[in-house]
Amino acid sequence: MTCTEFLAQLDDLIDDAVTSEMRADLQEHLRGCEHCEVTLSTTRKTIEIYRSHEIYDLPSDLRERLHAAIMARCKKGC
Amino acid sequence: MSPTGHAAPGPPDDFPQLTPMATIQPIAGENEQHPDVALVERVRGGDVSAYDTLVRKYDRQVFRIAQHITQNREDAEDVVQDAFLKAYEKLDQFQGNSKFYTWLVRIAVNESLMRLRKRRTGRMVSIDEDVETEEGSVPRDLADWAPDPEQNYTQAELAEILRKTIQGLPQGFRVVFVLRDVEGLSTEETAETLGLSVPAVKSRLLRARLQLRERLTRYFRNKKGPKETGVEK
Repeated sequence: MTCTEFLAQLDDLIDDAVTSEMRADLQEHLRGCEHCEVTLSTTRKTIEIYRSHEIYDLPSDLRERLHAAIMARCKKGC
Repeated sequence: MSPTGHAAPGPPDDFPQLTPMATIQPIAGENEQHPDVALVERVRGGDVSAYDTLVRKYDRQVFRIAQHITQNREDAEDVVQDAFLKAYEKLDQFQGNSKFYTWLVRIAVNESLMRLRKRRTGRMVSIDEDVETEEGSVPRDLADWAPDPEQNYTQAELAEILRKTIQGLPQGFRVVFVLRDVEGLSTEETAETLGLSVPAVKSRLLRARLQLRERLTRYFRNKKGPKETGVEK
């Protein structure tokens, strides 16, 4: 397997959507390719870091203000 | 008609759609009724308090999505209001065979794109914008990251790094990454929500992930020298 072929399967590997046969081929490639190993681990970390950190927080005061405005309009029939 | 008996809102161009909402197909493997469906039925029956529950359940997600698309705080606030009001008005169009959340996200994406269009003085804004770049399709910076790269930054510094990095992605990639990887929609739901094919979503997701990884490597690489602190310029 070439690095390009590995890269084509990267998302499916991360999303656990590869067959066991394909997974074995990918793991075989990883054993001999540090570049793809780094690409895989840091791409996984990229997703994890964006999932676990709130970068656009909705402050509670703004949340309540928006909520009140929405519900007031709904009760009036918008 | 709206759940409260008022006429359907606004002219058609007040509600641009990527694809018609009514065409959302059932999601495979989801035969059990989602708890939101019962809330929607209560709202349709005139129980406004049930809508209160739905708003509180999803307002943070809608705000995040709107921020990612508009990249403007005021616009995002407006999108939260407009999306929930639009969803309320059009609740009778919601098909119970798709998730309420997916349907709501589609409205929020449409409202966000409309805000962008207004801000850009009427120029059409598409989810396909700026996706022709080849950047990031092949990894170039192959440096490994420090074991716990977040530890080198304060929470505020880290949030700024993550914001700056994702804001640099082409919009068509950013939205796919946010819906799929941050908000947890499936590939199929992301495709339906954005009016894209599944292969297009997969292609954009790979490139979004690789571009973000590449850009974050600037901050998180495993440095051999003394530890650096602070956000790189």
